[in-house]
Amino acid sequence: MTQFFQKLGNTTLSSFAKLGRSSFFLLQTLSAISSVLIRPRLLNNQLYSVGVLSFLIITISGLFVGMVLGLQGFYILSDFGAEETLGVMVAASLVRELGPVVSALLFAGRAGSALTAEIGLMKATEQLSGMEMMAIDPIKRIIAPRFLAGLLAMPLLAALFSSIGVLGGHIVGVGMLGVDEGAYWSQMQSTLDFQDDIINGVIKSIVFGFVISWIALFEGYDAIPTSEGVSRATTRTVVNSAFTILGLDFILTALMFGDI
Amino acid sequence: MDNPVNSGNDLISIENLTFSRGERKIFDDISLTIQRGKITAIMGPSGTGKTTLLKLIGGQLYPEQGIITVDGSHVHQLKRNDLYTLRKRMGMLFQSGALLTDLTVFENVAYPLKEHTSLSKSMIRTLVLMKLQAVGLRGAKDLMPNELSGGMARRVALARAIALDPMMIMYDEPFTGQDPISLGTLVKLIKNLNDTLKLTSIVVSHDVEETISIADYIYVLSEGKVVGEGTPEQIQNLDSEWVQQFMKGHPDGPVHFHYPAADYNNDLFEY
Repeated sequence: MTQFFQKLGNTTLSSFAKLGRSSFFLLQTLSAISSVLIRPRLLNNQLYSVGVLSFLIITISGLFVGMVLGLQGFYILSDFGAEETLGVMVAASLVRELGPVVSALLFAGRAGSALTAEIGLMKATEQLSGMEMMAIDPIKRIIAPRFLAGLLAMPLLAALFSSIGVLGGHIVGVGMLGVDEGAYWSQMQSTLDFQDDIINGVIKSIVFGFVISWIALFEGYDAIPTSEGVSRATTRTVVNSAFTILGLDFILTALMFGDI
Repeated sequence: MDNPVNSGNDLISIENLTFSRGERKIFDDISLTIQRGKITAIMGPSGTGKTTLLKLIGGQLYPEQGIITVDGSHVHQLKRNDLYTLRKRMGMLFQSGALLTDLTVFENVAYPLKEHTSLSKSMIRTLVLMKLQAVGLRGAKDLMPNELSGGMARRVALARAIALDPMMIMYDEPFTGQDPISLGTLVKLIKNLNDTLKLTSIVVSHDVEETISIADYIYVLSEGKVVGEGTPEQIQNLDSEWVQQFMKGHPDGPVHFHYPAADYNNDLFEY
């Protein structure tokens, strides 16, 4: 029994300590962002590796998610003779929910894990320590550019995901199942609201970009500098990001659309 | 004993340093000094905290007690900016080299110059080539770190460490895992750089022969204490069984070959 409480106490203490370290890390990173703006080249390189290199996975996934939405939506809507509204259903699902959430999950798996592994290995091979000894702050040179790149890339990737998804729905709905093309686009245009749907979706994806970059970079920076430590940190990045994304999505949806 | 350390020419002084990791005391109230212009070796078996000592001197770790002074500044009371200014004058050679893996050899050596100076591109190029020439790797300037052998990586790291013309260099296990040729090269380089650039060098190592051949003064650490100090001759003739075992590499002595265990016979037969 005593052992149980000891363990509980230890776990609680260490989680609070980690929360403290990660908050401090976030503050340091945020205050270093101005130094990235002076050197846009650092940001360019990172935008390429977290953003451009995630392009393919986001495009292909967006296409298939849109196609599935088109198919499922058509079967349900045609029961009520409402297949004309397929465009609205596909687009609303994508820009409100699936776009930000699925692309964030993919982003955490593709770019977040890579960031953690990279930073963790830089720590394990003493590169971060070496920079500190050269009087170069690794938070400014290594962490902040990656953080900003993640923050900027995420909403763009989510927008790409949604757009490609809408095209996917079009391919299936209009191209294969015979929904009227004019209805597909015009219903979407008249029903979707810029503020309520598009902007809220963008806000979600910015929030997700923020937390994924934070989790991924912190896990790498805080990793135990051994191969096992880095591998555990990478796993934690993907798992914690997924939980955080889904939990935050519920909270944000409730705040934006619900009356809870 | 003639101790050259007390001549008032100290670059670094460590007074009553205590540092622990968890329950374990790495340093227990040790004091030592590093003289300007000399090569001082810190020796001791693996796990005695030799690397930790370098990180304490560089201000990357904080001691529990004690004062570390580098060139008149109390390292752990400096503000962040002052600490960084001091670090620009301290070079450090990590055991792994710690080269940035996404930059070429040339860019690695140029990195501190680009970050800390506003020199023109051509000036930086000239300086980098000079530093690389000094370590014999000018021809390797376009290689990536993963194309270098361990010894070459260390020499590139050394070129990077001297890029800003520091007053001192700390070497963390520079001889470990090197083939005889790169070992000889490194020994010669450390000695030559120290003499020609008028540096102060601290070499942390457990490679006795190589270290003795270049060190001016040696401290031997064990279990958190300084167990011996002196010039290489003095250390070799020191009347301490422990130091003798360490310097000559005897398998048994004050440090036992066997890890403490229950009686052998009992262990085998009383099961």
